Amino acid sequence: MTCRYTFGGDEHIFVEVDEAMSLEAFFVSLSMTNAVRDANIEGVTEICPANASFQIKFNPDIIHPDDLLARLQQLEATAESAEPVLETRIVEIPVYYQDPWTHETLMRFRERHQDPNATDIEYAAEINGFETVDKFIEAHAGAPWFVSMVGFVSGLPFLYQMVDRPRQIEVPKYLRPRTDTPRLTVGYGGCFSCIYSVRGAGGYQMFGITPMPIYDPEQEVSYLKDFMVFFKPGDIVKWKPINREEYDRAVEDVQAGTFAPRVRNVRFSLDDYNADIDGTNAKLMEVLYAD
Amino acid sequence: MPINVLSAGIATTIQDLGRPGYYHLGIPMGGAMDRLALRTANLLVGNEEDAAGLESVFVGPELEFTEDATVAVCGAELPPKIDGEERPTWSAIAVRAGQVLSFDFLKSGARAYIAISGGINTPPMLGSRSTYAIGALGGIDGRAVQPGDTLPLGRPKAPVREGLSVPEALRRGPGNPAELRMLPGLYWHRITEAAQEGFFKDTWKVANEADRMGYRFQGGHKLEFVEREQPFGAGADPSNITDACYPYGSIQVPSGTEPIILHRDAVSGGGYFMIGTVISADMDLIGQLQPHTPTRFVKVDMNAALAARRDRAQTLEAIRTALA
Repeated sequence: MTCRYTFGGDEHIFVEVDEAMSLEAFFVSLSMTNAVRDANIEGVTEICPANASFQIKFNPDIIHPDDLLARLQQLEATAESAEPVLETRIVEIPVYYQDPWTHETLMRFRERHQDPNATDIEYAAEINGFETVDKFIEAHAGAPWFVSMVGFVSGLPFLYQMVDRPRQIEVPKYLRPRTDTPRLTVGYGGCFSCIYSVRGAGGYQMFGITPMPIYDPEQEVSYLKDFMVFFKPGDIVKWKPINREEYDRAVEDVQAGTFAPRVRNVRFSLDDYNADIDGTNAKLMEVLYAD
Repeated sequence: MPINVLSAGIATTIQDLGRPGYYHLGIPMGGAMDRLALRTANLLVGNEEDAAGLESVFVGPELEFTEDATVAVCGAELPPKIDGEERPTWSAIAVRAGQVLSFDFLKSGARAYIAISGGINTPPMLGSRSTYAIGALGGIDGRAVQPGDTLPLGRPKAPVREGLSVPEALRRGPGNPAELRMLPGLYWHRITEAAQEGFFKDTWKVANEADRMGYRFQGGHKLEFVEREQPFGAGADPSNITDACYPYGSIQVPSGTEPIILHRDAVSGGGYFMIGTVISADMDLIGQLQPHTPTRFVKVDMNAALAARRDRAQTLEAIRTALA
């Protein structure tokens, strides 16, 4: 994998690790952005990892663009030799699939959708070859997901599923973006899942909703008191399907300040994963549910 | 002592120079779209250059003062009035307790920056008072200013210097057609050579969708793509890429039809290819473009971009000297 370097004006360097999405490309992006952070280069102001690329913002009054480019290319060699191992955390996110709120919204925007006669999740299940929506949910909530990027808007995670390429779910975005998406919608576009951190426009298919806030500028939510954004790139997520009762109870718990997300620390090795995907995922589940 | 907002104008928000450092979490730097105009307005009233002021679009607010203050209005030519009497833009204006600052009709530009001695003193969030409405951050409750709001002020640092004014030559506005200098790059290789040339030849027009997040342009030729098999994860449209970061000032062209320049409240990433980036020296200018303004993109290289940036820094230095 050879990185492609290009300038975004006089204040950004954009580095494309690969045109296509893969866990390998994401790991290079993550390890290079970590290396840039550790290198503490004067003049670097923002370090933004993305799915298969990353971006560095800098002040060209402090460091010349060509000099920074050369530094990054040096770091590419360092990152390549780094062991692809990540000390991270695994988080359980409850999802109420086929909830009434995203259903109401998707019905309002049917004329912008590929299949106006099906719901988003029915459409996604069908084009990915699942016999039933339940089987599709089983696949979506079965294997865990990597948070491969945080962005678009405040604290929104993009997630990439930890399965081999043939098992990847792919769904196109809406034909034309919606002007509305409920807050905390679990969405899908291309090969990525996402959680809409705030209400607003969106083009991803809508599958369900989580009761668990992931962005709180007021920092009143109990687990967001230290920082207003929940996710960071490299987090691992396991969706947990829940029903209406469980959803309502979780919402009450969040409001009462007693909702505690299930979060465990975990060590992830890309080599182990590539050698045995399902075995590695099973071990991750053991860590998440050991107690 | 606060200022009472009698009417809010259009999309009036509290802005300072923004909150860099959180773009990797999808929180944009925000801050004044025309940073030089805000800095200048602050200098005129004796504030630090990064003090918070108001950014109004096309139509200014009506503000009732409860104590004596100095104000300055820079950026768009939106003539201020004190108790109905017109005052100059780009100048320090004394206001007495009980007086009302209002505005006449817009003459040119798009965004006026209103600085008040002492600066607006709302609580900073993530190091800035800038309003980022999408994320409900900064400003008053994370939203635009509304009638009935009161704006708290900090303590003025300098005495009133009424009549202090910015020399005409240092007030920069967009030309007609406006010219925005752009460094090709990012996914520039995705369009054909003919499309690359055509993009600079065409005269574009600012669309109605022109706000703090981005400016959309219309009226040029559709960009033709170099054919390729779309990579895994990118999506089916030739303008799609595997979702990536968006530089501030980057120009994305969904489906190859209408270019969008991302500005201070940019979405931090997404799945549209970008053909290049407006240079840092011309970002302020974008905030002063009205809808329908004819606009041309001018191709520059990195050396020209850095030279333009130095020119811009010299202009700021000249304004500092003139107002010292």
